[in-house]
Amino acid sequence: MKYIDEFRDGDLARKIAERLHDEAQGRSYSFMEFCGGHTHAISRYGITELLPANVRMIHGPGCPVCVLPIGRIDLAIRIALEHGAIVCTYGDTMRVPASDSLSLVRAKARGGDIRMVYSATDALQIARQNPQREVVFFAIGFETTTPPTALAIRTAHRERLSNFSVLCCHVLTPSAITHILESPEVRQYGTVPIDGFVGPAHVSIVIGSAPYEHFAQEYRKPVVIAGFEPLDVMQAVLMLVRQVNEGRHEVENEFTRAVTAEGNLTAQALVAEVFELRPSFEWRGLGEVPYSALKIRPAFASFDAERRFGLGYRPVADNKACECGAILRGVKKPTDCKIFGTVCTPENPVGSCMVSSEGACAAHYSYGRFRDIPVRVEVAA
Amino acid sequence: MTTARKNYQRPLDIRNGRIDMGHGAGGRAAAQLIEELFIAAFDSEGLRQGNDGATFEVPAGHRLVMATDGHVVSPLFFPGGDVGSLSVHGTVNDVAMCGARPLYLAASFIIEEGFPLAELKRIVESMAAASRAAGVPIVTGDTKVVERGKGDGVFISTTGIGVVPHSVDIGGANARPGDAVLLSGTIGEHGVAVLSKRESLDFETTIESDSAALHTLVAAMLAAAPGAVRVLRDPTRGGLATTLNEIARQSGVGMMLDEAAIPVLPQVDAACELLGLDPLYVANEGKLVAVCAPEHAAAVLAAMRAHPLGGRAVRIGIVTEDPHHFVQMETRFGGCRVVDWLSGEQLPRIC
Repeated sequence: MKYIDEFRDGDLARKIAERLHDEAQGRSYSFMEFCGGHTHAISRYGITELLPANVRMIHGPGCPVCVLPIGRIDLAIRIALEHGAIVCTYGDTMRVPASDSLSLVRAKARGGDIRMVYSATDALQIARQNPQREVVFFAIGFETTTPPTALAIRTAHRERLSNFSVLCCHVLTPSAITHILESPEVRQYGTVPIDGFVGPAHVSIVIGSAPYEHFAQEYRKPVVIAGFEPLDVMQAVLMLVRQVNEGRHEVENEFTRAVTAEGNLTAQALVAEVFELRPSFEWRGLGEVPYSALKIRPAFASFDAERRFGLGYRPVADNKACECGAILRGVKKPTDCKIFGTVCTPENPVGSCMVSSEGACAAHYSYGRFRDIPVRVEVAA
Repeated sequence: MTTARKNYQRPLDIRNGRIDMGHGAGGRAAAQLIEELFIAAFDSEGLRQGNDGATFEVPAGHRLVMATDGHVVSPLFFPGGDVGSLSVHGTVNDVAMCGARPLYLAASFIIEEGFPLAELKRIVESMAAASRAAGVPIVTGDTKVVERGKGDGVFISTTGIGVVPHSVDIGGANARPGDAVLLSGTIGEHGVAVLSKRESLDFETTIESDSAALHTLVAAMLAAAPGAVRVLRDPTRGGLATTLNEIARQSGVGMMLDEAAIPVLPQVDAACELLGLDPLYVANEGKLVAVCAPEHAAAVLAAMRAHPLGGRAVRIGIVTEDPHHFVQMETRFGGCRVVDWLSGEQLPRIC
């Protein structure tokens, strides 16, 4: 595949790996890749194997499905089962565990009309085709999926669609990064030495590289924005190692083929027109994070499913044994969790990190768990 | 002059007619549907006898093999096939994967009220063509009709009977460390072809399903090196990854694959990239995986490549000793990872 294979070249990867081994010397390095897309690339292509032993990658909270709290899924299930609406959402959301051993998939089996869509526009189309039914788009995701939701709401407004609304759970990347940097483990105790960040790929296409300048300066942490291909990740790690070695803490852009300093201004304007900041939003694993999510502006209130169905948010505590919060902040590894791979598996996820293949636990379970157990690969002739 | 009419029956209105509840009620309408549509198309000795079942001889020195498969693919027609041809290939292949020669098929139709007869005819004729091409006749069958909304067009269950010589021992538990893992060709075409016609996606593609009957390929492989092939399996739902994990678990072994060796058509690769799928987990309907003794791998591979359905056959890995039964893979990128079981559903109703 043109423009893809170039960024999956094994020979180039080995060259970058050699440089990394030469340059990452005399200390240990810990970098957090914020995005689930990077976590997935690291696992799927076996990048951990290519990194020097003293370079550790911490999987961050940038998986939109993983950070969705139980209470939010409960709302979507209530809309489907109690209000009889058609609930449309992205595929990964279907399996997130909710209260009462339910999930959207299980609610569907109980008679809820829950449909998987590939875009917000598909949900809008379903609303047009079913004028007698309420159609709710359960909108999740970071800045990447927010503009399409904004567009769907604006289009519905212009078409005066009266049966379409959005359960808005869009969250913001910069506030989550700040939250991690402000967490006691990182800021005070120094138990989680985060030496730098691999910055988001697709999110940065929308918001640009400028919003990260603050972390680099305020927290003195280097940020390298990187694409989601494996070579992007390798190159970003090398750039981070160099910044650390040279005592720099700057925002660098490895993903120049897509990311600019100011980002996509049209998308930003669209989002600003339809959404405003929520004073606080619950993240699974991180808890309440101030100004970390968006809600629908009063001008578009009739498209806000929370108002339309009079839904009150009820927070639901995670399973006590679940270590997702500590894992999302980089304090613990998936294997530090007692229920990892025993009670909590991809088939029966207890914690959010096990739900999507972009989650730290699911990625380790699905692609990397052989590393926990010494396996004899040599065979008798 | 006689007043007796030739048939005393008005023929089925194939062009505009639709299935109604009467077609499943066992009365005259049902008999007419069976006669004019099913028997006319399948035309086998067993069906013509009109009995409740079919009888046949079992060749001496053989064991019987029986396999069954339900087909609920959506949409019913897809590039490279339809539910009819698929229902023949699926079951013929299941029988063949036991190392057997498939002999007969039974077919059971569950049809939704209101289903157009023209489409049913198209499906039945495609099924008949696939059965003739494979040389495996449909000898008995059943038709049921369910109310509108209680089915989704047509569901077809087929059951196959085959025979395998006593000397042939093929099964999922037979893989041993050191064995070679062979694959008969490119992966992922069936799943992507079906997906491309889904209402919600409908993207332009030239990819066709690989749906095909594999029993002659199996026969060629077994003849090339008798006793060498230990495991045969067709990687349908769940794809290559799931099939290899099944074999690893059944045999109590691990596997090490070479990603660079696994052939994927560029169109399939691109479609998977776009949809966020991994070709390793996408269904095939005309491919097989074989585990065979390493010293005979070259001979088996040569026999596969000489067959029209195995032209791109390759060795993709090796069976390892591994108490955890991990299927691992050296990535094209130079790393290593687990190739896990499919978790959840990647693509529902693919076959």
